[in-house]
Amino acid sequence: MASAAVAVERNLTFIQLKKNKLAIIGLLIISLLVIVAVFAPVLAPHHPYEQDLDRVMMAPCSEYPFGTDDFGRCILSRIIFGTRISLAIGLIVTAISAVAGIILGMLAGFYGGVIDEVIMRIVDIFLAFPGLILALVIAGLLGPGMFNVLFALALVGWMGYARVVRGAVLAEKEKSFVETAMSLGASDLYIMCRHLLPNVIAPVIVMATLGIGHTILAAAGLSFLGLGAQPPIPVWGSMLNDGKQYLQTAPYMTIFPGLAIMITVLSFNFLGDGLRDIFDPRLKEKSIE
Amino acid sequence: MALLSIRNLTTVFHAEEGEIKACDQVSMDIPAGKTIGLIGETGCGKSVLGMSILRLLPRNAVIRGEIYYKDQDVLKMNGDQLQRLRGNEIALLPQSPSTSLNPVLKIGFQIAEGLHLHRKTKWEQAWEKAVEMLDFLKLPEPEKRVQEYPHQLSGGMKQRALAAASITGNPSLLIADEPTKGLDAVLRAQVVGVLRQLARETGAAMLLITHDLKVAASLCDQIAVMYAGEILEQGAAEQVLKDPVHPYTKGLLASLPEHGLHPIPGYSPSLLDVPAGCKFHQRCSLARDLCAEKCPPLQIINGVQVRCFFGDQSGEPQQELHNRDLQEAAV
Repeated sequence: MASAAVAVERNLTFIQLKKNKLAIIGLLIISLLVIVAVFAPVLAPHHPYEQDLDRVMMAPCSEYPFGTDDFGRCILSRIIFGTRISLAIGLIVTAISAVAGIILGMLAGFYGGVIDEVIMRIVDIFLAFPGLILALVIAGLLGPGMFNVLFALALVGWMGYARVVRGAVLAEKEKSFVETAMSLGASDLYIMCRHLLPNVIAPVIVMATLGIGHTILAAAGLSFLGLGAQPPIPVWGSMLNDGKQYLQTAPYMTIFPGLAIMITVLSFNFLGDGLRDIFDPRLKEKSIE
Repeated sequence: MALLSIRNLTTVFHAEEGEIKACDQVSMDIPAGKTIGLIGETGCGKSVLGMSILRLLPRNAVIRGEIYYKDQDVLKMNGDQLQRLRGNEIALLPQSPSTSLNPVLKIGFQIAEGLHLHRKTKWEQAWEKAVEMLDFLKLPEPEKRVQEYPHQLSGGMKQRALAAASITGNPSLLIADEPTKGLDAVLRAQVVGVLRQLARETGAAMLLITHDLKVAASLCDQIAVMYAGEILEQGAAEQVLKDPVHPYTKGLLASLPEHGLHPIPGYSPSLLDVPAGCKFHQRCSLARDLCAEKCPPLQIINGVQVRCFFGDQSGEPQQELHNRDLQEAAV
């Protein structure tokens, strides 16, 4: 019965989502990307590192549907394998940022006072720097490499989550169910995790969905500049960089990775916007209550 | 020794506008198993008194005095001790059932969590206990209800679910904070029934905070009347409600519809700016110069504690009028 009720609610979300065609398209493409990432070795026609110096910068043909790059590597295969890194960066960075933001925002909103002041001033400081430039500086200081890029992007991405969660917690903690839980002897940590978190998670999910797209774009930007995973690992951003000097003679070296980035980011944005449309009216209803 | 003894409890809120003295030198005893009614107008500090006992007040509140629960001073307890006290020893039945349940958690979870928190009971057992509790409170189909979310329940059901949550820890004292506030007549009767059942069958003492004199009259053994943060009259329910001594209590009774709807003139003072002397003197028909200068002490008149200089004097014209009014209304 309860599972039925939950199922009905989930169905409702799904029905609302279905109304939003763009969001559904986004969801389908993202599902497809995940499948591509998981089954990359099966789907890729060639090994992404396999060089064939006799077939350098070949135009798209039946054997190399997206052409080859300046080392004679299959661009399609490299894009397919690049999906893994792009999605991994997007998901890991967003997860780290969101978790850090939720924890700090929750503490700031729940305890208020000095804790709130300190956390929110740190947020302000981080927001005072342009995000990508700061990430660039951090990644530059730490040197190139996957882990450093993850760290740099997470470090500039958590503030939005902290602010959203803090605001939501400020509103929710005044509601009497928090007092009820306290009167039952619940600890602060228990109230934050069990009672407040499920009430503030909806806007975070929307933000995170949009954030994945944003992160993938930022990661592509960093790897375009030579920071991030190092060659020969296939990364969309650095593929763009490799192709830029041959833009006139072999535009397919730039076009296809560029398209991959664009489609992925767009899909996450469509899904995020759709989710926001679904969650927002409910949030409005809640605030009227 | 009473289960709970409150001595000289003063609760002050430090607000931007100044100090708000919500409770002023309140002393009260709650014996085990008895139901005490705390009545008074909105904003007189009665809820603050209840929340002071559980120390569930915003951080800008300062509580002074002593609150002894089973010989332990609640005001000296640390966080862990307070968590053990809350729900386990003293439980709260909150006002407004519509907002006091978490909208995204199942009813059963919210009833069972007290047990889980205090006794480390396994969830399945705590869940069974939740069903048992709802059954005890005569909620139909308890197995179904525990799996539902608050928005699927009616107001009365929510109030029962909250009552179930508050008694799962088997507390010795239940603080019911305006449990009938904003409920329609049918629902109010149901809630009063639930409260009576709780008091009788769990053996817990109850502090019933209400502005509803009829609810208080039907449930309470003792009554304390609160006004502007002070207790003005306190004693056996029969005595206080049938033959009150303090002019304010008389006024409250005279304002009931069956007594002719005679309102007390004036407004209760803002807690930011409480008058000197007797806090009721500006609205009191018996007031003299003395009342504006000195705060009357609690003294025992007719077997109840009363904070009034002239409560025991007969022959006062105003007082006679009051009594006559009441008698007429009673006939």
